[in-house]
This record gives sequence, C-alpha cells and structure tokens, in this order.
Amino acid sequence: MKKLAKQIIFYSVLIGVWALLAKLRIWPPYLFPPPWGVGRALIDGFADHSFWIGIAVTMKRMLIGYSLSIVLGMILGLGVSSNKFLEETVGGLLVSLQSLPSICWIPLAVLWFGLTEKAILFVVLMGSLLSVTIAMEDGRKQMPKIYGMAGKNLGAKGFKLFWYVLLPASLPFIVNGMKQGWAFAWRSLIQAEMIFLSLGLGQLLMMGRDLSDMSQVLAVMILIIILGFMVDGVVFRTMERRLQDKYGLTPA
Amino acid sequence: MSASPQNVVPPAPRVPFRGVRANVFHGKSMSSVAEFPASPTGEIVVPKVALDEISLSYRTTKGERLLALDKISLEVKPGEFLCIVGPSGCGKSTLLHLIAGLNPQTSGKVLVDGTPVSGPGTDRILIFQELGLFPWLTVAGNVEFGMKMKGVPKAERAEKVEHYLRLVHLSKFKNSYIHQLSGGMRQRVALARALATGPDVLLMDEPFAALDAQTRDLLHDELERIWAETGCTIIFVTHNVREAARLADRVVLLTFRPGRVKEEFKVNLPRPRHMEHPDVSRMARNILDCLREEINKSLEVEYADEKAR
Repeated sequence: MKKLAKQIIFYSVLIGVWALLAKLRIWPPYLFPPPWGVGRALIDGFADHSFWIGIAVTMKRMLIGYSLSIVLGMILGLGVSSNKFLEETVGGLLVSLQSLPSICWIPLAVLWFGLTEKAILFVVLMGSLLSVTIAMEDGRKQMPKIYGMAGKNLGAKGFKLFWYVLLPASLPFIVNGMKQGWAFAWRSLIQAEMIFLSLGLGQLLMMGRDLSDMSQVLAVMILIIILGFMVDGVVFRTMERRLQDKYGLTPA
Repeated sequence: MSASPQNVVPPAPRVPFRGVRANVFHGKSMSSVAEFPASPTGEIVVPKVALDEISLSYRTTKGERLLALDKISLEVKPGEFLCIVGPSGCGKSTLLHLIAGLNPQTSGKVLVDGTPVSGPGTDRILIFQELGLFPWLTVAGNVEFGMKMKGVPKAERAEKVEHYLRLVHLSKFKNSYIHQLSGGMRQRVALARALATGPDVLLMDEPFAALDAQTRDLLHDELERIWAETGCTIIFVTHNVREAARLADRVVLLTFRPGRVKEEFKVNLPRPRHMEHPDVSRMARNILDCLREEINKSLEVEYADEKAR
C-alpha cells in the first residue's frame, strides 16, 4: 500500500509540473498541450469510437501474429535444439538475424505482400519469432538434464516424453522468452502501423501528426503505454509468478 | 518404523520372511521367484541382475581416454539387497545408470532375468541422487507418473497412489507440490514414485546422502520394511559403510578408477538392524578398513590434480 501511495504522489506531481508548464505558456499549446487537453482527446477518442476500433484492430493483429510466432517458434526451437547440425548452422543464423530490427522487414514485406494485412502480420511475426525460437532452444538447454532421464526411467518416450516432461520442465525458461517475444511483437506492430495506412493505434498516432493535433498524439502514446504495460506487467508477470510458485523457484 | 530400535534384542533370523516376500512380489513372475525359496542351498539358477564384464570408458575434456569401469562382473539374486560401496569417482553411480539402461556401456553385458538390457525399462527404476521429482506435478502426480506413461486407467492409478503414499506415510501430502516438502519427505515421494511403477529392481543412488542423521535412520527403517513388503531386488549405491552394513545382504566394494570389484562382504545379521548395533558397527569397520586404501588413492589423485593446476 505504501508503494501505491508513493506512486500516486509521484504521478500527481508529474502531472502538476506538466500543468504548470502548460499554464506558463513557454511553448504554444499546439506543441505542448496541457494535461486537460490530452484528457479531452482521450475522452473524445473513445466517444467517437476511433480509439476502440484502433485498440481492437491492433490487438487482433497482435494476437494473430503472436500466436503464429509461438507455434512456429516452438517448432523451430525444438528442431534446432534437437539436432547438433541444425544448432550449429540454423541456430547461429537465428541469433545473427535477431540483431536486425524487425522494422527492416517492412520493405521486403511490402514488396511481397503489398500494403495488406498479411504484410503487417509478417512484420509482427518476424519481430517475435526469433526470440521465441531462441527462448525455446535455450529452455531445452537450460532445463536440468535429470528430468529427461527421470522421465525415460519411468517409461516416457517420444511425444509423451516431450509433452509430459520436457515441455513442462523447460516452461520456466521459455516463459521469459515468450514475454520478450511479446514485447518485440508489440514494438514491431506499432512501427508497422505507423508506416501503413490501415487503422490501428499506430495509424491514429500518425493521424495526430498529420492533423497537427498534439493532444491526440499524446493520448495515443499514453494508450500504447497502458496497453503494453497491462499485457507485459499484468498478464506475463502473473504467469511468471504462478510458475515460480508452482515450481518452487524463488523470484530472483 | 514400529520398534524403538535401541531396546530391541536382535530377533532370531525369520525363516518365513523370504517366502512372505515372494508372495507379494507385485503379483508377477511368480514362477521364477517361486524357485528361489525352494532352492535348498540358496543358489540361484537365473540371477535377477547379472553384469558380465562391464567396461566403460569415456573421453575427458582434455581428450584423454579414461577407463571408468573395468570388467565388472556381478550377480544379484532376486529379492537381494545389495550395496555397492566405493570412493567418490569409482563409477558406482555410472554403474547404476548402466543397469537402468540410461547410459550404454563400452563393452560387456547387463542381463536382467537372463535377457540383455538395451535401454530404459520400467522393470528397473532408478532413484537418482538428486531424485529428479517433477516440480510441476503434485505428490500424487509424481507417484502416478510411471503408471500414466504405461496407460494404466485413472481409477486404478488413484487407488495405487493411495496405497503407495500410505506405504511411505505421505497420504496427507497428496496434493502438495514438491518444493513444499522437507528433504526426507521428498525421498519418500521418490521411493513411492519408483515403487508405484512396479519395478522388479530398485536402483538407488546415494539417496540418503544429503539428509540429517535422524531422518536417515528413520528412512533406513522404512526402506527395510518396504523391501520386506514388496520383495523387490535393491541395488543401493553409497559411500557410507555404516549405511551399507545397516541395510545390505551383501556389500560389494569397488576400487578407485578404474572401478573394479575389490571385495565382497556377506552381511548375515538379523533384521531389523540398527546402525548402532555392535555387529553392524563391526561389519562397517571391516568394510572401511578395506575401503580406506581406495579413498587414499582417490585423494592422492585429487591432490595431484590440484597441484597440476
């Protein structure tokens, strides 16, 4: 509770300073809008449904792109980690590809798919696929060997060994990578939406710029922060904590 | 765990003991076991586990070829409690992994009931030194795991889980997760999980090494009782000679690097035994005298490694 009180005080002071600066009119309001202006923009955005639509479109893309990358990443990660040759060749390529910001895939995506939904999903996929793959591979490597041996010893083989032993045993190591994958996917999507003209939060942001409406720009930025934080900090944090409880791992 | 062992006068060897054990032998392979008590001299036609000139070598990180086990031959009778003792680094854990089929040997044969072992099988369950209990499953989930892999129906599994948890006195902790249990309780879960899979041979790799003395004494009593009730064959690896004298029918001593059978001790002491009993202590003393030479060898090598660095 003490922490919450501190946070409330901190944000009140922050908004207070912001309001004061806006009141002093050092910069013109169309460049530095007051907090109430941004609040107004938020209310208006939700009132005319444009924010609701933006959130819905963005989240839908996120879910599709991210789910795809989880499935493909697991398959790839398993494949790479189960074969020495693949690990040394494909594994290395994946790590080096990860240094490529996913926004760099946009020109390629546009040429392949045109300015379509597919192109956006492709960019999201490329953004998170690699980190999910690498997380999966790492998870299998970091997982204590004893679980695999114990599973075999108790009669588990093939798919059963994977499903009932190797996958749950590596889950605490994978979940971190899945979280990172989500964060990458989120960034790639917003970036892609800012370049494409196709609804979504990224486009709302660019629209604010085109209309020189700084209040809308800030309102959408706040929305993106809140949404991103909710998934990252609430959904994934809870998942991690649950896993840690169950596996008896004390949070580091 | 019925008796307070300090006051117990060692009972006379119980003659019907082995016969009773044979009757509760998991209800299978009765015929082969039935021959066992009938044999007048105690000689066995088919040993439960036989090692035939087992050798194992591997390459060290420096690229040298290291012989870990050197032509080990050993026979274990059905229902026998065998302890393998040796200094650290003699390959005794590796030997258990070989019998479990988790690790192939370089040469030689492992035979179970006269048939060569080619991989892991649920007739031989290994209790690892680190136990390897699954933290994502409850106690009950761990115990039923082996049966689930075999495709035993759910109702039957639940029944067996109850049975084996009662056997190790953990019924109340059925729904707990592993990290919520103490070290001794985890040992018992591992034991229940192994037994529930229905093995003929139980392989135990220094299972009690990390426990405090009281808990270990308690678990010795329980293990002895459970061994008597289930009649399974136990191969138990330890570096603790007193533990070996306390538990085993026979103790096999391995040499340090490469592991060879150095000496065998028959422990013909009445059960239930106690660690502090003079006969057990004397037996332990004998084994230790023989082991000391090997321990010194292992220490010399360790110190030499240290200097070389």
